[in-house]
Amino acid sequence: MRKSLNILLVGVGGQGTILATRVLAKAAQEAGYDIKVSEIKGMAQRGGSVVTQVRLGEKVYSPLIAEGSADVILAFEKMEALRWLPYLKQDGHIIINDQAIAPVPVLTGAAVYPEDCLERVKQLASHTMVVDALNIAVDCGNPKAANVVLMGMLAKRLPITKEIWLKALKARVPERFIDVNLKAFEQGFNL
Amino acid sequence: MKELLSGNAAIARGAFEAGITVAAGYPGTPSTEILETFAKYPDIYAQWSPNEKVALEVGAGASIAGARVLVTMKHVGVNVAADPLFTLAYTGVNGGLILISADDPGMHSSQNEQDNRFYALMNKIPCLEPSDSQEAKDMVSQGLEISEQFDTPVMLRLTTRVSHSQSFVEIKEPSPKNIRPYAKDPLKYVMVPAYGRLRRIFLEERTAQLKAYSENCPLNFIEWGDRSVGIITSGISYHYIKEALPNASVLKLGFTHPLPENLIKEFAAGVERLVVVEELEPFLELQIKALGLTVQGKDLLPSYGELSASIIARGLAPLGIAVTEEYLAQPEVIAASETPLPGRPPVMCAGCPHRGVFYTLQKNKLVVSGDIGCYTLGSMSPLNAMDTCICMGASIGAALGMEKANPDMARRTVAVIGDSTFLHSGVTGLIDVVYNGGTSTVLILDNRTTAMTGHQENPATGSTLMGKPAPEVDLEALVRAIGVKRVRTVDPLNLKELDRAVKEETAAIEPSVIVVRRPCALLKKAITSEPAEVNKEACINCGICLKLGCPAISRQEDKSHVTAIQCNGCGLCLQVCPKGALVKRGEENA
Repeated sequence: MRKSLNILLVGVGGQGTILATRVLAKAAQEAGYDIKVSEIKGMAQRGGSVVTQVRLGEKVYSPLIAEGSADVILAFEKMEALRWLPYLKQDGHIIINDQAIAPVPVLTGAAVYPEDCLERVKQLASHTMVVDALNIAVDCGNPKAANVVLMGMLAKRLPITKEIWLKALKARVPERFIDVNLKAFEQGFNL
Repeated sequence: MKELLSGNAAIARGAFEAGITVAAGYPGTPSTEILETFAKYPDIYAQWSPNEKVALEVGAGASIAGARVLVTMKHVGVNVAADPLFTLAYTGVNGGLILISADDPGMHSSQNEQDNRFYALMNKIPCLEPSDSQEAKDMVSQGLEISEQFDTPVMLRLTTRVSHSQSFVEIKEPSPKNIRPYAKDPLKYVMVPAYGRLRRIFLEERTAQLKAYSENCPLNFIEWGDRSVGIITSGISYHYIKEALPNASVLKLGFTHPLPENLIKEFAAGVERLVVVEELEPFLELQIKALGLTVQGKDLLPSYGELSASIIARGLAPLGIAVTEEYLAQPEVIAASETPLPGRPPVMCAGCPHRGVFYTLQKNKLVVSGDIGCYTLGSMSPLNAMDTCICMGASIGAALGMEKANPDMARRTVAVIGDSTFLHSGVTGLIDVVYNGGTSTVLILDNRTTAMTGHQENPATGSTLMGKPAPEVDLEALVRAIGVKRVRTVDPLNLKELDRAVKEETAAIEPSVIVVRRPCALLKKAITSEPAEVNKEACINCGICLKLGCPAISRQEDKSHVTAIQCNGCGLCLQVCPKGALVKRGEENA
């Protein structure tokens, strides 16, 4: 029986977490997993947090990941990485996009952005990877492909073959963006 | 073929497969995607109605005329539709009718957390509760059969986690679409008292038949396991139970009104102790207690918010029953942070043309009677420009009430409401203002869409759900026809004009309407121009531009800063800057 896997994707509206979730779900489906995905996106377009939970396994019941039980957290934004860290398993992996997006309370001076969030995550989590996905995506030809760079990094760490990932990517990304996204995926996969 | 579908997409697919040909609803999270998805299937008709009451009335007519019908709304929408619903329960149906009530435990996007299963109890209609997408799809066809067999509307009650979670669904071919013949039947469809009394008796007979049906309904089933505890559950909680107490005996109820009393008694007799695990209110628990059974539930688990495997494991562990260790242990939660992190509240978008309205209202220190939609975000800091928000359309009636209670408030109170919300249920409030001699000022913020739920068409946008051109409601002509004499239209990107309009209309001792018109910044038809930027030498760091609460503006190194990629060049910050330090890019020397 295959081990079940809990993957949490966290970010801010507009960062492409939903597309990344769809690629992941497609890949998991192709690999023969049972899947549950939970998306709370009501405020996604208005700068709110976006969290999607993906659970894979032989048979999955709950669509929710419990605190302390995520095998991987894919954080599209630094502070969100810190916010959702309590969901990480003791030996889980957290992949962090080295990007800060200040929420309005920070912009208006009512709150302060924790500049040390990466250090704090590194102190607390045993496996932390930090990547400048935005710059890698720019080099690939489109800053919007940062999500796919992160997908590539996630893909390397999951028991799903690269062929399946590429197939899923092609199935879920609009055709005119496929080249830049394949490049972005490779970059992330090889990190 | 299997597809990974959200609960909402599964409902739409189920409706298509089951031969539903007419669907109506009003957008509302978490229900909105059902109708949007259904509208894309061939050979069906789907529409947004101005509100949920009309949607259910359209559904009632379509059913009486012989079609299978789907009506969708969020939980609070059922309050609006409650009037036709209570009597539709009497008339029954011709073609099967499914009413979707999408409840929102945890209040992810709602103003309250009502448990709409009680509507089924009070209306004496069947209630179905799916726990995942496959069940959601299956329950549409099963619900239609129940509806037609027992001559009743059927409530299919979703929750956010079922609506917005994805799981595998078996896709089938659609069955043929049959329209039942229409036959005039006043005794059944004309609810005058004499006929209503006859149907009232039918209601009791039907409930008895539905009870008997519920006993053998395959949607209610027992999974025997460890008999030291028996769990009765419904909806998403079933999946949490399978994880938190995988060995427990479970009675899973998919048909939750009327309840299968004998099945429940049989289950109770087979276990040592009985626990009900349900989200929100003790709907099942109260009825099971009324059967004279000893049962626990809300003494162990919260009656508000969402449940989870962890909450259930921790709540039930003190009973001494076996729960999954992983969920029981306060997990070795990695303490993320001693100090709480800054929140990430939703905000009005960068470039939202209506941001300036709230800036202006706050500057004029007005009492703002607010409403549902994007504009509720005007209540957030730093705009802080809202005093009340109750339900769809409440802003106008509440403003009138404030004025009647305290005449001093008349000159400093405004109601603020969006275009779709005004057409939903603001119109009647405005009629009340005119009729009862109110002098309120109503701002209709017309962004040419139903924005908060993700840009649905409405009667003022000129298009329908199915993409057909439609006449646009002329808001100015409508409010004039109601009897408002002071009606003006303002562009919210012109702060001076907006300020003057607000000052003049609040001062006027008669009802007034300001139609504030600009398309939502996220629409394709929104106008954008060069982003703003800060002339650092001119900026005196007064922070006035920050009071707009625009996510594109921040303070960096004691100067204001505009993030160009976010800014759509609305120009509001240029208008509020006292030093002219904010300029359009490329126009520094203009």
